[in-house]
Amino acid sequence: MQLTDQERAWLAGEAGPATKRAMEIVVALGQIYHAERLIPVASVQISGVSYRNIGAAGLDFLANWAAEGARVRVPTTLNPTANDLQIWSEQGFDAGFAAKQQAVVDVFVQMGVGDGHPVPTCAPYLVGNAPGLGEHVAWAESSAVSYANSVLGARTNREGGPGAVAAALVGRTGAYGMHLNANRQATVRVEVRAQLQTLSDYSALGAIVGQRVRKQVPYFAGLPLERDAPLWQEKLKALGAAMAAAGAVALYHVEDVTPEARAAPVLADGAGTLVIDHLMPGYAMLNDPVEHIDLVWVGCPHASLAEIARVAEALRGKQLRVPLWITCARPIKEAAIAQGVAADIEAAGGRLIADACMAIAPVRDLGFTSVAAVSAKGAFYLRNLAGVKTRFATLDDCLALALQET
Amino acid sequence: MANVFVGRVIKAGVAEGDALVSSEPIGFLGGVDGETGIVTEREHPLEGRCIAGTVLVFPTGKGSTVGSYILYQLAVNGLAPAAIINAESEPIVALGAIIGDIPMVDQIPTDEIRTGDRVRIDGARVTVWRGG
Repeated sequence: MQLTDQERAWLAGEAGPATKRAMEIVVALGQIYHAERLIPVASVQISGVSYRNIGAAGLDFLANWAAEGARVRVPTTLNPTANDLQIWSEQGFDAGFAAKQQAVVDVFVQMGVGDGHPVPTCAPYLVGNAPGLGEHVAWAESSAVSYANSVLGARTNREGGPGAVAAALVGRTGAYGMHLNANRQATVRVEVRAQLQTLSDYSALGAIVGQRVRKQVPYFAGLPLERDAPLWQEKLKALGAAMAAAGAVALYHVEDVTPEARAAPVLADGAGTLVIDHLMPGYAMLNDPVEHIDLVWVGCPHASLAEIARVAEALRGKQLRVPLWITCARPIKEAAIAQGVAADIEAAGGRLIADACMAIAPVRDLGFTSVAAVSAKGAFYLRNLAGVKTRFATLDDCLALALQET
Repeated sequence: MANVFVGRVIKAGVAEGDALVSSEPIGFLGGVDGETGIVTEREHPLEGRCIAGTVLVFPTGKGSTVGSYILYQLAVNGLAPAAIINAESEPIVALGAIIGDIPMVDQIPTDEIRTGDRVRIDGARVTVWRGG
């Protein structure tokens, strides 16, 4: 691999042990993926933040790295935590766990993440970290990677936990995969004949397509979606997140909608066609035979203000029988409070949970065993990581399970 | 009589030890106990074996990305392998070797090394003496 003089110096330890280790990681990953050189990145999104996932060993490593002098060299944002950093006790977390989770965040503060005030979220593009068309970034979090590549036209591979931290410390990543023009062409055309209406419908479509196309780059033709129509970005957020979870799709194009598809032909010669006639298989794959649910979860990926407003509207004047949690970034929660929609949700018995993600929380320890989710990705990880039974359905159907009978 | 292979450096270093060879990939999260160094994955060819101090030879990594931190935990506990040799490296084990300061080389024909062989790693160079 070709390295610049500065990169060589860092690798040799001239900028200290923390940078040396970061450089070793970035170079090793570049070699594994056959990068010819490194490229500067405009921002980094770090995953591996939940204490439940990284555990004592992960916290110990990150703390030592920070003590060695690890400091980010580019703007860096942070994935969700397991619990809301403020109202964790209301969620049912114990103080010991919350302290460990806070310790993880504090280490990232020490590294300079989020200019010392990190906003844990899987949707950093909703709260100020939105790279531009053609900009190279190094993001972890598969749903954010999908959104950055596809909806924003930025360029990132699916970075992993320590790899993303390393990229932030040196401001570089290997020039391979999604960073190269040749790999951004669509390799399969997806023709959708099924009716698509709700956000959950886009999520169900993503679950089906992700499972079928695995790591390919799909090109959607004829989606009933226009730029700037209500919730168009939320629909793409749901579609991309599900494809990344059910498969490993890092980039997709939508005819007339996503920036690279609007700029030039993106469908590779000889690409096959996948026809989707029905969404039912997408819903069916994440529905366990449960009669009662004990939680409704909205906000996977983290909810936008428009999504929260929609839930508020659906709940107005009604009472929930089981808890409903909407996960979002803290500034979005604050905006929802300021606009009064949070009050409608709380009056019905729902809660806005900031910072956190249910998929990486110890959901069973919190007392939940069957959860209804409006997101295929959410249901997928609840089932596979948290070990609970799931219902995956539209918002209206989830609420129907959760509302008081009148 | 020694065999010499030249691979690709993932984590530079010098180490020597007895080979512990797995024909199957190793996943560290849930596959190796970070507090004892013992392979715990059921039906794994190395199940029950302790990897501490060995030159651990296996085709490639597998499983959760959190596995990198298990290698770090093993190193902190003094239970890391002396070195790691892979046929083809992937990010989980590569990052684990770097953060755990474990010398690692890949692009080595791992099926030509047997458990019990004496193995020395020096940068990209791997020297193997047939054991017993």
